[in-house]
Amino acid sequence: MSVDTAPVEMTERSIVARSPGMRKVVHRLVLTVGPVLAALALAGLLLLALGVDPLAYYGYVINRGLLSPSGIQQTLTRMAPLLFLASGLIVAFRAGIWNLGADGQFLLAAVTAAAAGPYFAAIMPAWLAVVLAFLMSVLVAMAWSFVPALLRAYQGVNEIITTLMMTFLGTSLANVLVKLVFLDPGTTVPQTRTLPVEDRLPRLFDTTISSGLVLGLIAIVAVHLVMTRTSFGLRLRIVGANPRAAVHSGLAVPRLTLAVFALSAGLAGAAGAVDILGVQGNVRADWNPAYGFAVIPMVFLARFNGFAAIAFVLLLSVLSIGGESAARRLGVPNHFTLVLVAIVLIVLAIAEYIDHRFIQSRKA
Amino acid sequence: MKHVDNSIEAGGHPVIALERVTKRFPGVVANDSVSLAIRAGEVHVLLGENGAGKSTLIGMLSGLQQPDEGRILIDGQPVAITSPRHALSLGVGTVFQHAMLVPTLTVAENLLLGAAWWRRPRKDSLRAEVEELASSLGIRIDLDATAAELSLGEQQQVEILRALLRNSRVLILDESTSMLTPSGIDELGALMRRLVKRGLAIVFITHKLREATAFGDRISILKLGRKVGEIAPERFSALSEDDLTAEIVETMFGNRRSDPDATTRVGTQFPADAQPLLAVRDLCLAPSATSPGLSKISFELRAGEVLGIAGIDGNGQKQLAEVLAGQIAADSGAILLEGRPVDAMSVGARRDAGLRYLTDDRLGEGTVGAFPVSINFFLKQVGRSPFWKAGIEQGGEIDRRAAELVRDYDVRTPSIRTPIGRLSGGNIQKVLLARELSTGAKAVIFNKPTYGLDLANTLVTRQRILDAAASGKGTLVISTDLEELLQLCDRIAVMSGGRLVGTVANGPHAASEVGSLMIGLAA
Repeated sequence: MSVDTAPVEMTERSIVARSPGMRKVVHRLVLTVGPVLAALALAGLLLLALGVDPLAYYGYVINRGLLSPSGIQQTLTRMAPLLFLASGLIVAFRAGIWNLGADGQFLLAAVTAAAAGPYFAAIMPAWLAVVLAFLMSVLVAMAWSFVPALLRAYQGVNEIITTLMMTFLGTSLANVLVKLVFLDPGTTVPQTRTLPVEDRLPRLFDTTISSGLVLGLIAIVAVHLVMTRTSFGLRLRIVGANPRAAVHSGLAVPRLTLAVFALSAGLAGAAGAVDILGVQGNVRADWNPAYGFAVIPMVFLARFNGFAAIAFVLLLSVLSIGGESAARRLGVPNHFTLVLVAIVLIVLAIAEYIDHRFIQSRKA
Repeated sequence: MKHVDNSIEAGGHPVIALERVTKRFPGVVANDSVSLAIRAGEVHVLLGENGAGKSTLIGMLSGLQQPDEGRILIDGQPVAITSPRHALSLGVGTVFQHAMLVPTLTVAENLLLGAAWWRRPRKDSLRAEVEELASSLGIRIDLDATAAELSLGEQQQVEILRALLRNSRVLILDESTSMLTPSGIDELGALMRRLVKRGLAIVFITHKLREATAFGDRISILKLGRKVGEIAPERFSALSEDDLTAEIVETMFGNRRSDPDATTRVGTQFPADAQPLLAVRDLCLAPSATSPGLSKISFELRAGEVLGIAGIDGNGQKQLAEVLAGQIAADSGAILLEGRPVDAMSVGARRDAGLRYLTDDRLGEGTVGAFPVSINFFLKQVGRSPFWKAGIEQGGEIDRRAAELVRDYDVRTPSIRTPIGRLSGGNIQKVLLARELSTGAKAVIFNKPTYGLDLANTLVTRQRILDAAASGKGTLVISTDLEELLQLCDRIAVMSGGRLVGTVANGPHAASEVGSLMIGLAA
């Protein structure tokens, strides 16, 4: 696969050689799509080793994740929380803050939404209940990031460690809350009370696609525009790219750090809220889809670009929805999706390295 | 201690020669066309201040770095030294400033490190070899002691021994005396003399004059990346120690060199009762692990005046600049701009009030290397009208003004969208000058404004400083280059150990007065 892409790159280079901007885009595209194809080929070899026909697997994944009507609706619905998570990660990563606590923030927000949703829905109009539950979830997620935020902003404690630790705590706390505090007495399954389907976020037209998708798209585009077009976004990028230059330029680095944590965690919380208020309706005990960790590589692949992130989130969605079906049908473990994503990342890093060496040697 | 034993190989062919070697790092020229010949039987002293380019030169000789231009000859043959291991195999051994022994291993184990991994360590033959070498050099080494038990001087002896065991013909001692006690220094000096008697070539790096004159045969003086003088063994032995010292001081700090631009400015006298633009009173900052802090710094700067701060690097100059700019808070003292205190103001508010700081660390804190030149002009104005309106970036306005500044300040850049990290140091400096001087400046602090720049950009920058002063701004120039201060300043204050040890009005005698304050001879 990677061999095949080389001549393509050459011809495209020569065609667009006259406009450097266009050439850059093509170069970027080749450097992204090429490795993805190469990774699919490598993963295919792995499938062969497992005794599964890779073409059948990929065909099945594409069919179930993208082409079949129910599959594409599920895929688009799954994108909603992933888009919110991606936008939260873009804010943090662009500002040089490695928030690895998205899953803890997501789960606690989900539990909050699951507890607050049915409670509010019983005493007020459904739309108001959903809005209130959504806001509460966001606030809870923000609160959960506050300790790492303070430690990072004022003590310089490495947020990679603190947010990761808070994720372990948050996952367990969410579980405890489900089992002990918000347990639905009406069922034997340990889970929270369920938000009635008619009270959830509306579905789009006559499909099963949750309107969370629209909210997610709005969030990620807004984040992209804020980061690239506003002074606030530029300040965050300065802090991320060169913290000493930020101090020298008189930016209030600790306050910006707090803002980044609040935004990033708030968006992760919104992801949990739309998933519960739009799709799940409740939180079962021990439920942890670990979307946050799955989205991190997508955000890197997209180079923190919001629009590119939409494409990669779609890819992840297709792979995971299709992969879940394929797992049932072909016996390939569900986690194979993650294996695939990991291979893509590694191949991409290698491609980046080779490209860098190539440019260096051409300069010399 | 004088030596007349340069009979061995005097004028002989050099073991290693550098030919017009140039090494650039982003934004600075570390070595500018330096030529050097290292001969057997000689202690070749490299003398220079911090940032003179000594470490880079050693890095290239020991294979850590590759020259950008010029070449290295070993026994007359051009060789690319690709790694420290390669350097060792070529007979170039280096003893770095900080000991590089593994503290938990014994001396013998340390000496055996680095042999081929498939071979069994040969402890017995090592013992015999070490005993022979050590006794001929008159040093005692306990092979069974762990490295951590040894004093720093003993550790250095072990490292020298290690280099000799690998048949090094050239031994490089990088600031080896900086960690030693006075008696340790004398011991090392005596050892160096015995080693060169055996025909070894030694490169001895130091910034201490006394060591250079006491232990050296030949002295090369580096200054700001250029070699500015060499004292050959014949002259070395002909001069008395005092004359030698005087000559070196002259070369390092003076302007005997026929530099056409080296003209001393006679300072303008500002009436003492004129209202100071910037007044600093009793500024104090606690010392830290890396800086001497500030103790009771007081000075006044008048509109149109150029005040220089001279001193060896690392004597609190950077801390002073950062306290004035508001990047770090002073423990006590007061800063007044036009009579109004600015102590409580943030970095941004001080800038708005007209107090500007042009940093010496152009890439580290002055700019964001990956951002375009245009954005870097306005790094200190993010969010301000007209470049941002209600928080939204006004691309057209930014580009228009950036293009204007590029033209006015003659920034040589392919485009205003080029990442600033790709520009040369001189052009980055022009961007910083434009940022601080183009609008609203009243008092400007220049920290090492020409550090690492080539001559043309140095002159441009100095002219900008003089123009700023002529237009009525108060300018504070921090520099380690005395010539520069003599050219620019009305008065020169000398900083040492975090305090201002004296202030000299610029004039014909300023050079020697400041020079002696700098090396602590007066005051």
